[in-house]
Amino acid sequence: MTTKNLLSLLIWLPVVAGFAALLIGDGGDRTSARAKAMRWFSLLASLLIAAFSLPLLLQFDKSTAAMQFVERLPWITRFNAEYYLGVDGLSAPLILLTTFITPLVLISAWEVIKDRSAQYFAAFLILEGLMIGVFCALDAMLFYVFWEAMLVPMFLIIGVWGGQRRIYATIKFFLYTFLGSVFMLVSLIYLYTRTGSYDLLEFHKVPIDATAQTLIFLSFVAAFAVKVPMWPVHTWLPDAHVEAPTGGSVVLAAVMLKMGGYGFVRLALPITPDASGSLAWLLIALSLIAVVYIGLVALVQSDMKKLIAYSSIAHMGFVTLGFFLFWGILESTGDTNGVALGITGAMVQMISHGLISGAMFLCVGVMYDRVHSRNIGDYGGVVNTMPWFGAFMVLFAMSNAGLPGTSGFVGEFMVILASFKANFWIALLAATTLILGASYTLWMVKRVLFGEVANDKVAALQDLNAREFLMLTVLAVGVLLLGVWPQPLVEMMQPSVDALVDHIGRSKL
Amino acid sequence: MTFEIPNFGPAIPEMVLLGLISVVLIADLFVSDEKRIITFWLSMVSLAVVLVCTLYTAPGERIETFSGSYVSDMLATVLKVAATACLALVFVYSRDYLMKNNLRKGEFYLLSLFGLLGIFVMISANSLLTLYLGLETLSLSLYALVAFDRDSRICAEAAMKYFVLGAIASGAFLYGVSLVYGITGTINFVEMTAALQRVGSDDIALWFGLAFLIVGIAFKFGAVPFHMWLPDVYQGARTPVTLYLGSLSKIASFALAARILIDGLPLLHEQWHQMLAVLAILSLALGNVVAIAQTNIKRMLAYSTISHVGFILLGFFAGNNEGYQAALFYTLTYAFTAAGAFGVVALLSRAGFEAENLEDFAGLNARSPWFAAMMACFMLGMAGIPPWVGFWAKLHIIEAVLQASRTVGDAAPVFVGVAITMVLFSVVGAYYYLRVLKFMYFDDAKDNAPIEASVDMKLALSANGLAILALGIVPGGLLALCARVIG
Repeated sequence: MTTKNLLSLLIWLPVVAGFAALLIGDGGDRTSARAKAMRWFSLLASLLIAAFSLPLLLQFDKSTAAMQFVERLPWITRFNAEYYLGVDGLSAPLILLTTFITPLVLISAWEVIKDRSAQYFAAFLILEGLMIGVFCALDAMLFYVFWEAMLVPMFLIIGVWGGQRRIYATIKFFLYTFLGSVFMLVSLIYLYTRTGSYDLLEFHKVPIDATAQTLIFLSFVAAFAVKVPMWPVHTWLPDAHVEAPTGGSVVLAAVMLKMGGYGFVRLALPITPDASGSLAWLLIALSLIAVVYIGLVALVQSDMKKLIAYSSIAHMGFVTLGFFLFWGILESTGDTNGVALGITGAMVQMISHGLISGAMFLCVGVMYDRVHSRNIGDYGGVVNTMPWFGAFMVLFAMSNAGLPGTSGFVGEFMVILASFKANFWIALLAATTLILGASYTLWMVKRVLFGEVANDKVAALQDLNAREFLMLTVLAVGVLLLGVWPQPLVEMMQPSVDALVDHIGRSKL
Repeated sequence: MTFEIPNFGPAIPEMVLLGLISVVLIADLFVSDEKRIITFWLSMVSLAVVLVCTLYTAPGERIETFSGSYVSDMLATVLKVAATACLALVFVYSRDYLMKNNLRKGEFYLLSLFGLLGIFVMISANSLLTLYLGLETLSLSLYALVAFDRDSRICAEAAMKYFVLGAIASGAFLYGVSLVYGITGTINFVEMTAALQRVGSDDIALWFGLAFLIVGIAFKFGAVPFHMWLPDVYQGARTPVTLYLGSLSKIASFALAARILIDGLPLLHEQWHQMLAVLAILSLALGNVVAIAQTNIKRMLAYSTISHVGFILLGFFAGNNEGYQAALFYTLTYAFTAAGAFGVVALLSRAGFEAENLEDFAGLNARSPWFAAMMACFMLGMAGIPPWVGFWAKLHIIEAVLQASRTVGDAAPVFVGVAITMVLFSVVGAYYYLRVLKFMYFDDAKDNAPIEASVDMKLALSANGLAILALGIVPGGLLALCARVIG
């Protein structure tokens, strides 16, 4: 198979399929033949996209940090912006994650979305294309266009199919992320006035003085910290997660949050290495607050979705922690191997969290579809009536708590190991996640799954149907595979991480 | 003394337009109200002819005529073509509305065409007096247009307000003209630049005159604090007239500012760029913040216009070619986006019912997914969300300001601060545009009346909406055109 225009295909096929799904329509009724055709069409399209993304795994050259599958065309000559796509070890796994999650999201909506199902499926397909675009873009303008355009379908997904307070949540989501991003836009334009192009790789090379670097770095932090999200700009996330439909929560947690992390490694660290170094303490502090404080906040939640949302923030704290340990390790050991460990760990954590949080939200979705409540208090003893579901949920919960053998363990362990090299106290605080994560996740599992059957609704529950069984199985396989055999993923990332480490180790002043 | 026959070439579009207006005027006398559609088609044909004339007589280089008081250049061609196309859209969007609301008067088309003539004269003006002639032709047509539904009290009130304030602004502008003339001894823009080089720009009387010219420009644009008329007139006028004011009028205002500031007084940039900065920042702040509180969509769009004017003025503020190009790009794209947005308001209105409240947009997605999507295009275009074209317009302005910051030395932090102010207020602005989306997509319809419109209107509106999106995906051509016109 030719891989010449592979990335363009991965971006535009979902978008085109999304518009096609809109054209097919749902006939105003979920059960109509038309709606059925539209659903199958969308699912097949997303599976096809997943199949097309396989060359990113199979034909990926693991020996180089250079950009691969590059496409480069002039786009806006006035601004010297190009249609410039390419992937390396940092972005390819995230694209694979996106193409892997989207079919599951569509499957999860199969019978559940009753109103305007064509628009729902279309929104997710278009969103998929735009998200892949963010990960592929090597031109800052192209990156920004995808980055912002992505907000529109998500805005509609939460606002149309969300829960009670959906309008509040979706406007908050949009404005929060938009506010963060516009600062980044100013920085990107400033860098353009310096280099005369929007080429991100040129941005990596251009020397910038200390003041400008600090300002640019802070603007990047504004954009990415909101997206990750980091404490204290995380408050949109619990709202958005709670109100979003299941599919929206899954995509939000599994992929969208990763864009913040991706932004740090693609833009913030390489463009402003010196400012990143001098302000690393700040980011590490915020990450540790996310890990410890947000972990405690998660403990007291009574709403399952909110609990998982807070758990996401805590886990993403590990990602940012891993990125910014670099300077600490360099100072205390002078060993660049350990540095790479922190960043690799953070990247692995992103992929793993994508799978686990997606799975957790799907589990909550499965229960919500039956009982129409997200309240932990409304459940109890679910395992008695839904044994298969119970097994899956326990597996994902264990993984969320970082049990060895599951994917959740690998990333966290690498980051904790790296933080030991930097500073004992950082490591100590980071390691509390092993206790906190286990507490809030397992306590929730205990209250929801185990014990006596709590009420009639739980007693009347039906176990997983084939559709739900399928999507949870796929995720379970992913979580276990990554847990016992993370080597291919790590190998894929290694050259790019090493190149990044080498790049940010050198001053750009 | 010999009498020289001037070169009429550069003014051919204007003369053709005037001739055609006379034809329409006379023809309209013999047409009964039921057959008013004839006037519409005659006007459309006139616009098509004018468009062809403008393109056909487009000069490759700058030509002056009428003793240097009239000019034809690429900028003029681009603006005239845009204004003509925009007016054609206005007519198409208005026809059904006028029919449905029993406003079958030929005057709407005639006054609009006279207004276009005024705009043409402003676009091609090369002296302060020609500019003023064009400005008054446009303004008088607009006053009459606003009062065009003569039985409506709200229209009359709006027209009165517009007229009184407009007259004061014209007076101020004329006062500024006389002061500048007094100092420089000329009203011709080219000679003015030469005269300023001679007498220097350190003359307080000159600055005084400049300030009055800026007042005129600011009033025409509706920049704070000269914006008071704008929300009331937008709301009070019938939707077709608001459509005219919201789109064409901006092209005229741009021409006014460009001719005075770029052609006439570039040497006073140091002085006017400070005045514009204040006007622009105030407009951004007030426009965006007050728009949030509006429940009437025409009024909301009026305040949104004020904020967009802030952006356009900041293009001039940058004072470099990038900035002027950006202001041109912004004006052109905004005019068509606004035309589309008001077009949707006209589309949803029925006999005796104005769809002017935000609630009237509730559930539009259920009533007509396609036109809800078009309205979403216009709103997101105005909000400056990529990939809609408004994003590039804003980006271009910010880029120009940051570009300028690299050449101004110590004042650089001010320019960077201005850029940050711009993006912050566009976030504030995003809120009220999103609120329209909220009504259309998240709320249930209160009103399930079918949307009736003629095919050409639906087609034009769809083309308009798709153009806003398509230009956002491939803005290169229009950007390059703007760069060629000014530069």
